[in-house]
Amino acid sequence: MAGVMAQTSDTDRKHPDLRLVEVHMTASTLVDWFVREVLPLEAALMHFLRQNWRNQAEIADLRQDVYVQVYDAARKQLPTHTKAFVFQTARNLLIDRVRHDHIVPIDGVPDLEAIDAPDNAPSPEQATIARDEFRRLQVALDKLPPRCREAVILGRVEGLPGRAIAARMGISEPTVSVHLANGIRALVNEIYGRKSSDKEQS
Amino acid sequence: MTALDQTAAPGSAMDIEAQAALWLQRRQYWDWSDADQAELDAWLAQSTAHEVAFIRLMAGYSRTDRLVALRAPRTERRGFGLLPRMVAGLALVAALGVGAMQFSTDPKDVTYTTPVGGRQMIMLADGSRIDLNTDSILRLRGAVGKRLAFLDKGEAYFQIKHDVTRPFVVTVGGHRVTDLGTKFLIRKGADSVDIALVEGRARVDAKNGAGKSVELLPGEEVIATARDITKVRRSTQEMSNELGWRRGVIVFEHTTLAEAAAEFNRYNPNRIVIGNAGAAKLKIAGTFPSDDPEAFAEIAQDILHLHVVRRGETIVLTK
Repeated sequence: MAGVMAQTSDTDRKHPDLRLVEVHMTASTLVDWFVREVLPLEAALMHFLRQNWRNQAEIADLRQDVYVQVYDAARKQLPTHTKAFVFQTARNLLIDRVRHDHIVPIDGVPDLEAIDAPDNAPSPEQATIARDEFRRLQVALDKLPPRCREAVILGRVEGLPGRAIAARMGISEPTVSVHLANGIRALVNEIYGRKSSDKEQS
Repeated sequence: MTALDQTAAPGSAMDIEAQAALWLQRRQYWDWSDADQAELDAWLAQSTAHEVAFIRLMAGYSRTDRLVALRAPRTERRGFGLLPRMVAGLALVAALGVGAMQFSTDPKDVTYTTPVGGRQMIMLADGSRIDLNTDSILRLRGAVGKRLAFLDKGEAYFQIKHDVTRPFVVTVGGHRVTDLGTKFLIRKGADSVDIALVEGRARVDAKNGAGKSVELLPGEEVIATARDITKVRRSTQEMSNELGWRRGVIVFEHTTLAEAAAEFNRYNPNRIVIGNAGAAKLKIAGTFPSDDPEAFAEIAQDILHLHVVRRGETIVLTK
């Protein structure tokens, strides 16, 4: 732990090893970078957080905090090494929490090199991943509660607007909204929350 | 940001994600007015956590569009690919063709071809615009989650309406150019491809996924061959010159006569030929109408004191 603490002085917090480049920023560039380079790391990030944090109920909040810090930092400058930057941010966040809570749940310093995360460059296996993602989406869809599933199928698959979904299902419009929102969350969590290698048992 | 300490339900990640999902479905599935958008914008501006949660859901949601593949097959089939979906009322202004098309998930490509000397403006339904230069072939293809273009020949200028959920990707000579909010020019030569970024950001992935991936900033140009990819800087003036064809002109700055002739020959069926090496090395500067090699020949005669001989469709310049 002494080593961990020594590395988290305020000067270190500037990530001297993570060179940042000046980039002419526009909102769309930032959003695009986040979608293209940060979100695909989510499965690996979640894995990292679960491995290094005892209270699993807090993982979603930790992920959010990492995203917020990464995104706010990138408003000024996009990091050149997104993956390293994201995991460095996650690591520092966990260490901050340890200090703050006076608890010691961290098992040493995570090895950034050992973290299994996708490269930023598109891979030739993308087609395979795409097929895999489709299968996982289908499974996630099947796992939704029946009414929620029905609303999502009418909306996302059949392309009906909310009002038509309400009429077809004979339920109120606010209820349709809740079903759609829950369904969207479940599907998106399926897309980002899991590595494509985590095969669904079906 | 005191979010670090907020693990209670309101303001927690799960709570924010739920709110973001309600916004998203509201925008996608219900009437959506400017007032609604303003309300969403205000919510997004409240915190980075809101913004990030919404972006994440939006990007993920766009990837669920492949679920439409589950749709029960239609008994009735659409006739000719994209045609019924193309926006009607195409205006033809002089030699400048103006087309409009909408990307769809139809695998059939829509092909645009310009003859020598021709030029075409393609307006896309998403607000993007592509200007196709002389003697060029461009194919457009809609695909799930992306917009694909293939520059098979010639030159095109892309002004792409950025959509994070549907990246615009141009494939040219095996290289891929991905729009990241961008105006860029691509010219396909015999064995190299020039990609110049005018505005925004773009990424070039070299042929065969050789591992080379280059990000372009405004004013940068990439010259990609089958083997290599090099980056050079261009001045604003040079960039503007390279886009002269959109105004129907060719701009030369310290250009050799040989290069100038080659440039004119891209636009005209009657060719300019340089008769001897001495003439080929002369340098010229100026702005010329791209469709008027005669005017160019006259200037060469008057200014450079060259001999001009016409042989049928060919104009020969000699010293």
